[in-house]
Amino acid sequence: MMSKFLKWSSSGLPWVWVSAASVAASLLMVVGLIALLAVRGISHFWPADVLQATYSAVSETNEILRTEVIGEFVNSETVNAQQVQATGVVIESGADVVQRQLIKVGNRDITGTDFVWLINDFLQDVEYPPDVVTLERTEWGNFYGFLTALSDSNETILDGTEDGFEQLWVEFNNRLTQVQIIRDQIQEIENRQLADINYRMQRLQVEERRAVAQNSLDDAQKDQFTTMRQVLNSEYEIQRLQLLSLEQQASQDSAAFIAANGDVIDIPLFTIVRAFQPNQLSAAGKFQIFLAKVGEFLTEEPREANTEGGVYPAIFGTVMMVLLMSVIVTPLGVIAAVYLREYARQGLFTQMVRVAVNNLAGVPSIVYGVFGLGFFIYFIGAEIDQGFYSDNLPSPTFGTPGLLWASLTLALLTVPVVIVATEEGLARIPSSVREGSLALGATKFETLWRVVLPMASPAMMTGLILAVARAAGEVAPLMLVGVVKLAPSLPVDGYYPYLHLDQKFMHLGFHIYDVGFQSPNIEAATPLVFATAFLLVAVIATLNFGAVALRNHLREKYKSLDV
Amino acid sequence: MNEPLKTNAGNTTALGNGVETPPSKRLLKNPAAGLPSCLAVEDLSLIYTSGNKALNEINLTIPKQQVTAFIGPSGCGKSSLLRCFNRLNDLIDDCVISGSIKLDGEDIYDKSVDVAELRRRVGMVFQKPNPFPKSIYENVAYGLRIQGINSKRRLDEIVEDSLQAAALWDEVKDRLYENAMSLSGGQQQRLVIARTIAVEPEVLLLDEPASALDPISTLKIEELISELKESYTIVIVTHNMQQAARVSDYTAFLNMGDMVEFDTTDRLFTNPSEKQTEDYITGRYG
Repeated sequence: MMSKFLKWSSSGLPWVWVSAASVAASLLMVVGLIALLAVRGISHFWPADVLQATYSAVSETNEILRTEVIGEFVNSETVNAQQVQATGVVIESGADVVQRQLIKVGNRDITGTDFVWLINDFLQDVEYPPDVVTLERTEWGNFYGFLTALSDSNETILDGTEDGFEQLWVEFNNRLTQVQIIRDQIQEIENRQLADINYRMQRLQVEERRAVAQNSLDDAQKDQFTTMRQVLNSEYEIQRLQLLSLEQQASQDSAAFIAANGDVIDIPLFTIVRAFQPNQLSAAGKFQIFLAKVGEFLTEEPREANTEGGVYPAIFGTVMMVLLMSVIVTPLGVIAAVYLREYARQGLFTQMVRVAVNNLAGVPSIVYGVFGLGFFIYFIGAEIDQGFYSDNLPSPTFGTPGLLWASLTLALLTVPVVIVATEEGLARIPSSVREGSLALGATKFETLWRVVLPMASPAMMTGLILAVARAAGEVAPLMLVGVVKLAPSLPVDGYYPYLHLDQKFMHLGFHIYDVGFQSPNIEAATPLVFATAFLLVAVIATLNFGAVALRNHLREKYKSLDV
Repeated sequence: MNEPLKTNAGNTTALGNGVETPPSKRLLKNPAAGLPSCLAVEDLSLIYTSGNKALNEINLTIPKQQVTAFIGPSGCGKSSLLRCFNRLNDLIDDCVISGSIKLDGEDIYDKSVDVAELRRRVGMVFQKPNPFPKSIYENVAYGLRIQGINSKRRLDEIVEDSLQAAALWDEVKDRLYENAMSLSGGQQQRLVIARTIAVEPEVLLLDEPASALDPISTLKIEELISELKESYTIVIVTHNMQQAARVSDYTAFLNMGDMVEFDTTDRLFTNPSEKQTEDYITGRYG
């Protein structure tokens, strides 16, 4: 018996099982995490059915509180009955626990909150009326209700009871499309024309201030500045008038809705982003809306304190920051590794440098953030401002957190990884290849440049992959050196110098923190936290797969004798 | 790395034509006397800082446009000696070289010598084929590009000539831009030879060039060696005595860092003057 066990044990089979189990457990955790993020994040975009019900609870004073509820089912949970009673609701059955569900009732402009917890037992007459309409609005969140009338300049042009609901719904959608076209035009004017005038105005101001500072402003120039300013002002006036007329045109139409509590609410079509009847939609129709919402999430700017709209600026900021970091960290790390491995005299000192580099990789990232703030921003940034941007002082240009400093800080954070990986790659190049090159009359530098470095490039890519993986997920240092909750514009635009390294930017990781923990509307934010987390994982995975593909290509190209 | 050379002024005597008698006690007769000399080695010692003596006062004159073979048991110093000729031992940090080696009368260990230029003049082929992970064409063009030759027409010409000379052209002319790693071991070794002769060296050092190859590839390399000796001085290190007998004109037998005997190949194999040599070639040790 014993010997049989010993034999089994020495065959190595138990260890095979143990290692297989560890792999399986790791895989399960990763897949489980991603599945959770994906399911909870993506389901947020699927248009939910809207229920209508009567809720009648008994208060402590034995009043029966009846309310009509229209909304989307979000979540249900079991809670302690005492806990519920403490909120002033009387539970008669004397049960220890009660079931309650979270309903998104929207209509924040009327009710003040858009999520309510309702106890299952008190919900009556739950039904899914086909005519109920979900509105996504530019402000106040979603609205749920029934469309009753459509008016143009405060005159009712269609009434649901008189003209039939079908006709009303069709006309409503037609007008909504019209209004949305106008809204796009307004956005275009605001983002392009007005921004352009604004930019030129700022340039003019800077030039004028510079001239004043140099005391070179004579009367002729003064007149010139004045006329240029007048020209810009008149241009601005033209655009402003056009904007006004468009806004007026767009705000003429409005629709009347009956909300859950029976009030009739007039909603301007101008504030409606999307309108649909969820209970009538087929699966394909829902899928269409789902795609539109996912598209909006990926390509639009956030609204309503980041709880609505998209995260495009955050995606852009994350990718931009990581790319910039890669551009900085790769040459820095590679050159350092080449010196350490190829040129420095190997000895106690180089060994100590290596240990120091390895330890740098273990320094908590917030420490790098503090360093970046203290050194890059307050020291170097302030110096740059003094030297090159003194016209703008006292408002800082580089002496304030921004994209460049965030990338530099993260480059510093990840440079040890690149150094270590490159050094290992260099050490693996067979000496026979180096000797082959030297024997042909190449100098050491030529050998490095033409043979050794290309052959070590897959190892450099490995270092870069690890660096990207670490940098893209880092949030703590970024909060000190450049990330903001809401950036007014992207760091890349059409104005010279096109890439604005001094600008603050948005980041998916920080966005998760901000939406999840700093948001006033926690229920609305929760699904977005999952969606953004999933997106962040997807972005990092994409960046990594790109780098891995590049590395495999390089490996194939430079595959050597014994590697 | 490069300790100052300890050249014994008293011992420097022209070995070149073998007319004068070198005063070293390890004096060997110069079998190639009368032929123009290419490499003249005088009192060459290679000592590791750990105290091991890899080469012990070697004296040797290698004749021009002949094949000279170094034979001897493993660790006898024949590869170390070969690597002194193109100063590849410079790469090893902890060794001290004394004595002198003259290439066409110039001391290659002189301070004014450009090592890269020396290595171009003294080409080397290694035991294991070591093509670069580049295309066949780029492998051959490598040394030329290092010298700043980038004209496509010249490169094409030299690449073709070198591959022809290395008897590889017919096999690879249709796939010049494929990775050199896709060639067989024997082809790779001939590619390395082509790459070496592309830079027009004066001397070819072959460090056991066929030991990693199959018999047919070995035969091809040996045929190539006899063709190449028309234009180059060839020094070959080999483990294989039959190979030395087949390809070389002169043979040096080294043992434990000492030059035991240096003679024409015919005489060394048929009528060795030293007991050690006889023991080795008859297979009593090594």
